[in-house]
Amino acid sequence: MTKTRRISGFLGLPFVFWAAAFIIIPLLMVVWYGLTDENGALTFANIAAIAQPAHAKALLLALLLSLLATAVCFLLAYPLCMFLVEAQKTSNSFLTMLLIVPMWMNFLLRTYAWQSILEKTGIINTFLTAIGLQPLRLINTNGAIVLGMVYNFLPFMVLPIYNVLEDIDKNVINAARDLGANGRQTFLKVIFPLSLPGVISGITMVFIPALTTFVVSSLLGGGKILLIGNVIEQEFMVAYDWNLGSGLSLVLLLFIIINVVVSVISERGEEELRRRKSDAEA
Amino acid sequence: MALIFLFMYAPIALLIVQSFNKSKSRGRWGGFTFEWYGSLFSDESIIEAFTNTITLALLSSLIAVVLGTAACIFLTKLKKRTRSILMGVANVPMLNADIVTGISFMLLFITLRIEFGYSTILLAHITFNIPYVILNVMPSYRDLNPHIYEAALDLGASPAYAFFKTVLPEILPAILSGGLMAFTMSIDDFIITHFTAGAGVQTLSTKIYSEVKLGIKPEMYALSSMIFLAVLILLILVNRVQGSSRKAQEEEV
Repeated sequence: MTKTRRISGFLGLPFVFWAAAFIIIPLLMVVWYGLTDENGALTFANIAAIAQPAHAKALLLALLLSLLATAVCFLLAYPLCMFLVEAQKTSNSFLTMLLIVPMWMNFLLRTYAWQSILEKTGIINTFLTAIGLQPLRLINTNGAIVLGMVYNFLPFMVLPIYNVLEDIDKNVINAARDLGANGRQTFLKVIFPLSLPGVISGITMVFIPALTTFVVSSLLGGGKILLIGNVIEQEFMVAYDWNLGSGLSLVLLLFIIINVVVSVISERGEEELRRRKSDAEA
Repeated sequence: MALIFLFMYAPIALLIVQSFNKSKSRGRWGGFTFEWYGSLFSDESIIEAFTNTITLALLSSLIAVVLGTAACIFLTKLKKRTRSILMGVANVPMLNADIVTGISFMLLFITLRIEFGYSTILLAHITFNIPYVILNVMPSYRDLNPHIYEAALDLGASPAYAFFKTVLPEILPAILSGGLMAFTMSIDDFIITHFTAGAGVQTLSTKIYSEVKLGIKPEMYALSSMIFLAVLILLILVNRVQGSSRKAQEEEV
């Protein structure tokens, strides 16, 4: 058996090396750059820079729009999943068709296509003027960015919610009905609480990419609306101020860590539940 | 629900229509044409970006499959505590925001004075692909009966031979789905590539992003429509085959 152990240690070597070299060290570099100035002296100025009006505004706007987008994703995804689970005949292939297949069209192109739909002479406004209405200003607005976020990240909300809803034991729902709960009570007291792990996982999976995006805002915001992602991207790719860019990223990292902690706690809870359930079955 | 379908597919339909549009400006319909599907193949920069995208996805998912599968074998042998720490580290690229992963690679390559190019993108793609492989392979590997492998060893098989004969066939489906997931992630990635590509090398994503301001070339619409339709047809075929084999199985039973 010692031989097997030695072999498995040998197999693990490249992975451990890889994780150290390309996951841990790069992240430490972000911390290092974020906490030093261009001469390498320790400073908190790069992190404190988040309080500058332009940066604070970009962060707050990003928070606001990503929370909105997460809420919209939830409001669209939950009823959709309820419907899909109840209809039952709609199998996984339908879900793949709806959510995964579109991913095979490059996401930059898909987001860019919304420009043609939303712009001044785009499809929606052409239609509006044709029926005698005033054209709307749709592109380069906060609303367009939220739409782009929802469009891109909706699958991350649908899949986990669908999985938990599908896993709910139909007998539990029937039992609630038999015990006299009406539809609303069954939903609020049984279905929704049981689906909570999926909901939380969906929320955490949508919120972070939405909060940190710079692509959606630069494609649908016309370069005028800056989110925190745009600010960081510009510091790195245009201004070459890596220290400031890293400092601002550390602020984002804080949100990411909170997010991960929330999802880990919720997963623990789910595992606990599952363990108790299998204990009870045994 | 039909509305959500429309919402997901309207931009795609528009892009496909655009690929047949004679007019180069995207607002106007200038008549139907196959022109872009022809000129696509003589546009070297698009072909090169396409080749880069595909080879990066193939290489990175292949290497990630090897590293990730080896990591699964290694991880299951560890004590629970060490294992969960290492798993946590391996999952970092999946949980982290792409922009942070991207800049962390950028800073690493700057500090080590590694020249940005194909190899830096490849390193980054392998790294963010590994967790998808582990995610798929780990449950399947853990469910294996270890006695079969041990029996093979007792019967005189070398560890490598025993692995390829008893373990690998069992976990192969999981490896394939992990590899496919990694391949898709790599093809679809823009953000991490953006920060690790440098000036010389382009993938389809970075090329599209750099063209956005000037207007995207219609050849790009043509290529993307072709990729999309190819994958769609492939999926439908796979579905058919799976469906009929399942039916055949059911009939046998």
